[in-house]
Amino acid sequence: MAKAKVPANGHRRVAIVGGLRTPFVKANTVFNDLSALDLGRIVVQELVQRTELDAKELDLLVFGQVVPTLTAPSVAREIVLLTGLPRRVEAHTVMRACATSIQSMVAAANEIALGNADVAITGGTESMSDPPLFTSRPLAQALVSASKAKNLPAKLKPFQKIKAKDLLPVPPAIAEYTTGMSMGDSAEKMAKENGITRREQDEIALASHQNAARAWKQGAFADEVMHVPVPPRYKETATTDNIVRDDTSLEALAALKPVFDRRYGTVTAGNASPLTDGAAALLLMSEEKAKALGYQPLGFLRSHAFAATDPGDQLLQGPAYAAPIALDRAGMSLKDIDLVDMHEAFAAQVASNLQALASRSFAEKLGRPGPVGEVDRSRLNVHGGSIALGHPFAATGARIIHQVLRALKRRNLGTALVTVCAQGGNGAAVVLER
Amino acid sequence: MSTPGKNFSYAVDSGVAVITFDMEGEPVNTLAPAISAEFEALMTKAASDQAAKAIVIISGKKDSFIAGAKIDMLQAVKSQAEATGLSRQGQTSFDRLDAFEKPVVAAIHGACLGGGLEWALACDYRIATDSSKTSLGLPEVQLGLIPGAGGTQRLPRLIGAQAALDLILTGRNLKPKKALKLGVVDEVVPTPILLEISKQRALELANGLLKPERTRGLATAVVGKKSFSEMLKGLTDREAWAELALEENPVGRKLLFDQARKQLLKKTRGKYPAPEKALEVVKVGLEKGMKAGLEAEAQAFGELVMSDVSKRLVEIFFATTALKKDNGTKDPSVKPRPVQKLGVLGGGLMGAGIAYVASAIEDVAVRIKDKDDEGVQRALAHVRGLYDERVKKRSMTWRDAEKKMALVTATTDYSGFKRCDVVIEAVFEDLKLKHQMVKDIEAVCGPETIFASNTSSLPITKIAEASKHPETVIGMHYFSPVNKMPLLEIITHKGTADWVTATCVEVGKKQGKTVIVVNDGVGFYTSRILAPYMNEAAYLLAEGADIAEVDRALVDFGFPVGPITLLDEVGIDVAAKVGKIMHDAFGDRMLAPDTTDALVKDGRLGRKAKKGFYTYDDAKKKEVDQTVYALLPHGKDRKRFDRYEMAERCVLQFVNEAVRCLGEGILRSPRDGDIGAIFGLGFPPFLGGPFRYVDAQGLGKILERTEHYQERFGKRFTPAPLLTEYVKAGRRFY
Repeated sequence: MAKAKVPANGHRRVAIVGGLRTPFVKANTVFNDLSALDLGRIVVQELVQRTELDAKELDLLVFGQVVPTLTAPSVAREIVLLTGLPRRVEAHTVMRACATSIQSMVAAANEIALGNADVAITGGTESMSDPPLFTSRPLAQALVSASKAKNLPAKLKPFQKIKAKDLLPVPPAIAEYTTGMSMGDSAEKMAKENGITRREQDEIALASHQNAARAWKQGAFADEVMHVPVPPRYKETATTDNIVRDDTSLEALAALKPVFDRRYGTVTAGNASPLTDGAAALLLMSEEKAKALGYQPLGFLRSHAFAATDPGDQLLQGPAYAAPIALDRAGMSLKDIDLVDMHEAFAAQVASNLQALASRSFAEKLGRPGPVGEVDRSRLNVHGGSIALGHPFAATGARIIHQVLRALKRRNLGTALVTVCAQGGNGAAVVLER
Repeated sequence: MSTPGKNFSYAVDSGVAVITFDMEGEPVNTLAPAISAEFEALMTKAASDQAAKAIVIISGKKDSFIAGAKIDMLQAVKSQAEATGLSRQGQTSFDRLDAFEKPVVAAIHGACLGGGLEWALACDYRIATDSSKTSLGLPEVQLGLIPGAGGTQRLPRLIGAQAALDLILTGRNLKPKKALKLGVVDEVVPTPILLEISKQRALELANGLLKPERTRGLATAVVGKKSFSEMLKGLTDREAWAELALEENPVGRKLLFDQARKQLLKKTRGKYPAPEKALEVVKVGLEKGMKAGLEAEAQAFGELVMSDVSKRLVEIFFATTALKKDNGTKDPSVKPRPVQKLGVLGGGLMGAGIAYVASAIEDVAVRIKDKDDEGVQRALAHVRGLYDERVKKRSMTWRDAEKKMALVTATTDYSGFKRCDVVIEAVFEDLKLKHQMVKDIEAVCGPETIFASNTSSLPITKIAEASKHPETVIGMHYFSPVNKMPLLEIITHKGTADWVTATCVEVGKKQGKTVIVVNDGVGFYTSRILAPYMNEAAYLLAEGADIAEVDRALVDFGFPVGPITLLDEVGIDVAAKVGKIMHDAFGDRMLAPDTTDALVKDGRLGRKAKKGFYTYDDAKKKEVDQTVYALLPHGKDRKRFDRYEMAERCVLQFVNEAVRCLGEGILRSPRDGDIGAIFGLGFPPFLGGPFRYVDAQGLGKILERTEHYQERFGKRFTPAPLLTEYVKAGRRFY
């Protein structure tokens, strides 16, 4: 195990002291009536309780949400105000798509590292059951004009130009703004360009389910996942993730039809992450503060890196760009890493990222002397990934950080590399140590 | 320009004299003749002050306008004539204010109650702040009185008889918005600009720019002309039509008053004369004019001040006021420790109720532990239900409810308990289980976490035996439903530390409870005195009395519900269990007739089982379940008993046991005994509590009646030793 060291950059060491998440559930199931804010505040509330944190010690809260709630756009601050936390706890909301709760963690960790804060709660929350639907631009403009008009005829006038199609509600975008391609299209593109077979993708999906199911069975998630009595009626309690299946098989996965490219495609509902509701949070402290308050940290943040690539190229290849930088900053190479936890947006993306990390030509493209290396599959996503556990966008990063730290502890190992790919060609990588 | 005064200051600014009422050395302003004299002197000055065209009256206190008349003053009154005189004095003073030649504006922020509102009503214009601290009302009936300074006359004239009667007969307070809607105030403004707007309106009144038109009953301030749409709105206003129909003609008026009287009698059962008097006085004023009305008001006020009921209610008021200042220990210097988090073990009705009052009123974080997810769901759903009720009734906004609800979390383990300052257990009445709770909490929490038991019968001393630091163990006996019942009975055992007691008393007060502290003993105070009372009712049934008749006897006596109904509510099994504990502790005088076993065996547990002495069919009216008689001696063949005798037997048991509690040092004072019986058990407030009742009846007579029943029924009517002792010594309780 790596022993406590002052990071090379001279900043304070940041400890991850605790973490918690709600069960991750398929959209429109148990959490159907909850908002992202509800989920976020439920998890933060319970994290404070379980860690027995004296809320007086808390300096800031950074939280994220990807699909916005238009009635409460600053989820972080609302969480502070709705969980009985001291009102002086400052808060801000961040968004880095699927890497949002890596971003929220890093934002708070930097404040701690610089000595601007000692204790922070970070995380992310997402409700895919509660996407904002808004009106078309012409209808919105007509409504605004009408509200300003003085009399009935003037109030009606703006609506004369409205066409039938303007009356349809507009859902949030699923396509990349600059390319018009959806995530699934991009995954298909990567599978084809990188020669990722359907079988390889299904194998990754199967491993994800098997690892996650095993982790549940072994009780590995007992300290990670809270029970959520579901408000407002409290008629049921969500206790486990409801996407993971212990009975799936390669045959069952192989039987599924491709979704995005029905003719030549390989990406199916089985080897992609599903729409999910859930929230996850982390408790961070400076190493000194954790010691002073008597906490035994789960681990420390050793380094992190964000990197980006052209979304028109291979959209979800970001991790392959960010990982070598994070390792460099940690002063480590892949062989120093005990466990790798890679966010699984799509099995095709996981396979592509792993391929690039091992590829000499990809290293050359980055101007590096050699590839990062071959990731040992037995050390990858050992407690399952987003395909099996689900992917509430903003909550996934915090889920992975906490999960891999607990996995290290169970195996008595010391270091982990975490990667998350994100919209726009962004990628995130984090090196953790115990 | 300013004149130093003792209780008022006077300053003229740009044509307006501002009279600030700021009573010397008092936290709030109250009214008394000396105050009136000082005020009138200032008004005389204002009348002749050339620089003052109009007057604004405002309070110098932080969040209080005028809290009402000083109540001590009434206690000192010796005769009806003197009280009537006081009323006339107030009336005359406000008549002069009403007729004052320059316009007077009342600038109201904070409590404007009783005499304070009567004062404001005599002004020409009333402006209230929109603050949550501002409330207006005539609460006199709650003290067995009526407004005695013209309030019964001015309010109906201002807002109509129907709305005025509602306020005067219930004594309820109005929030600013509602006061504006009813026309009690003319304007509602944000707090910071109260004085500024008041001065402006005062000048406008003086210059004739503002002429308040008040269409009785629905008057809102009319600053300017009424628009067509407002007139239309008036036409569709149900209240306006009701007012027209009921008040503008003698037939309608008679109907209104008859209805009001009928409803009133249903509530007071003739035990509380004040609201009835108020009704009469308002009627006289409407039929015979202001002068006759004021005279009737003064007469009625005088009578009421001297009435026993009012005396008792005023005593209760003073007792609860004194309790608010009492830290529950002998040493008044003991300070409560801050409580930021409350733990609740067991999320049943009690536990959830406690979580509600702690989050909603005390505003602290609450952590509930229940045994499984279902228990957690039930607990949270219950708390949530109480919030939903408030949102529905509009006594809380959904936003506030969300925030408050967020203070409550629940778990199935002890996570989140470490930082609890007080943990209240509300689990089954089982000593072993309670001991386990004590040990668990001491393993999780620090040595200064208070362990409070919500037991209603187990001795705290016994519970404390499991503790490593028994000084932190105490009893907090809440009553069900916790959100509605006003009493909290705190039980200390010999070793309970004073700071622990003081802290729990403070917790109770912050939860809006009236708190009494009693010493440990089986059943403490309330459960103990209730037991022989309920037993006596059971004996009556065993002797052949009719169920409904027994209940009616005690309701006639003044209890809110009869003992048999109460038995159904509490649960017959629970009562049997408590009864056994009592019998074990106190011997045969607490022996219950052996009829309960048969009832419990029959599954008759009361309301919770929808099967008890009464029927609980949602579709039908509740009535005696005739089949229950098969399980009682005498079967269907019920005998007639004298109602008064039935009531007397039960009440003497209650009262005698209360006196025992005082004699044995369970109670600290008769005051606590009276308050506990009234607020915890529904003892009739107009009788002032068991000790006041005994004092009023005469100790000798109570002793004699008890001995009379002792001869008939034996030991269970043995008079309390203290009663005999007091009678011998010729002492009273107060």
